[in-house]
Amino acid sequence: MANGLTLEIVSPEELLLSEKVDMAIIPAVEGDIGALPGHAPMIVSLRPGVVRAQVNGASAHEFVVVGGFAEIMPDRCTVVATEAVPAENATAEWIGERVRAAEAAYARTAMTAEVEAREDALRQTQLAALRRS
Amino acid sequence: MPSLKSLRTRINSVKSTRKITQAMKMVAASKLKRAQAQAQAARPYAERMERMLGSLAASIAGRPDAPRLLVGTGRSERHLLIVMAADRGLCGAFNSSLVRFARSRIRTLLAEGKEVRIITVGRRARDLLRRDHGKLIVDSVTFIGKPRIGFADAQAIAGKVRDLLEQDAFDVCTLIYNRFKSVIVQVPMEQTLIPASIPAASEDSSGKDPAAIYEYEPSEEEILARLLPENLSVQIYRALLDSAAGEQGARMAAMDNATRNAGQMIAKLTLAYNRQRQANITKELIEIISGAEAV
Repeated sequence: MANGLTLEIVSPEELLLSEKVDMAIIPAVEGDIGALPGHAPMIVSLRPGVVRAQVNGASAHEFVVVGGFAEIMPDRCTVVATEAVPAENATAEWIGERVRAAEAAYARTAMTAEVEAREDALRQTQLAALRRS
Repeated sequence: MPSLKSLRTRINSVKSTRKITQAMKMVAASKLKRAQAQAQAARPYAERMERMLGSLAASIAGRPDAPRLLVGTGRSERHLLIVMAADRGLCGAFNSSLVRFARSRIRTLLAEGKEVRIITVGRRARDLLRRDHGKLIVDSVTFIGKPRIGFADAQAIAGKVRDLLEQDAFDVCTLIYNRFKSVIVQVPMEQTLIPASIPAASEDSSGKDPAAIYEYEPSEEEILARLLPENLSVQIYRALLDSAAGEQGARMAAMDNATRNAGQMIAKLTLAYNRQRQANITKELIEIISGAEAV
């Protein structure tokens, strides 16, 4: 199957991308996965980070995702993100807003491992975006 | 016989009512467009989610340790109903037909000796159900003052449902909402959320990959544990958007009707006014002529 890979990025609010790419790099929970055409069927859980797409050896799209899932098939790769934005829109403010929202939620709930994990996750997003810029 | 003055006042008041209903119709039309676009935009996510869940759930559902969000508690004694209507009225039978549907469901369940709890969404649902079933309502949600429904709103409702499930407060969770069939047709319907209705996994829409054997990372269980709550939110989000679009559609139709009725009323009143005016003139003429003849 050399005829490319269709990368789709969807968030609850919209379909962000649906395009043929050569390779998609996905931030899975256990490390990044590079999906090429012909990849074995796979469902992975995502960690917050950046989904990258490569076309003709050059990086074509970058999306910041805040958790979610990805379904990899030989001819397509679907990223179902809880929240996703094009990387150029993921400003420090955008991330700050999320961190603040998470902190507010944190203040409401009792300290649980789950909440801690979510906070950690958000920090990681922030770091990922900062490293990029 | 109404006087000319009172007729004139009535015509004017009906005219201003028509102006209001016309404006409301326009507003509803533009809101409908937005709501439809939002519902459209949310569809791909729900579809992908369903596909993934379908392939996952099929392999897990049969196991005894399957998560509760997926299979429920295995009984159907206690029901949780989420009744979803609008926050505002003036949209025809949109709210009342939904609530009527919900009431009949509640009655049937109670008659069967089941326990019923209700979460209402939208002010109208709460107000209309409170009188008959006030004691059954455990929670109500409204979106008053919110210009737009976000995914976070759906997540909040899903969170409440999950909390109740964790407290072992119900066995079956059903969502009752108005499905958007077309701009003028909304159908009240129910959808079972827990136990989750699993889409047929083997029938992929493309038909290319029949029940593909997936690898999972991390384990199947862990992914399912994260996917299920998400799926619950998505289902609720979808219903919220459908209901919001339906509300605007219903309001548009109702206001269109009202505008037309007002037009008819104005025509009728104007006719009566003109007749009256003419009768008055004739009467005056007769008075003058007969006065002149008498001289």
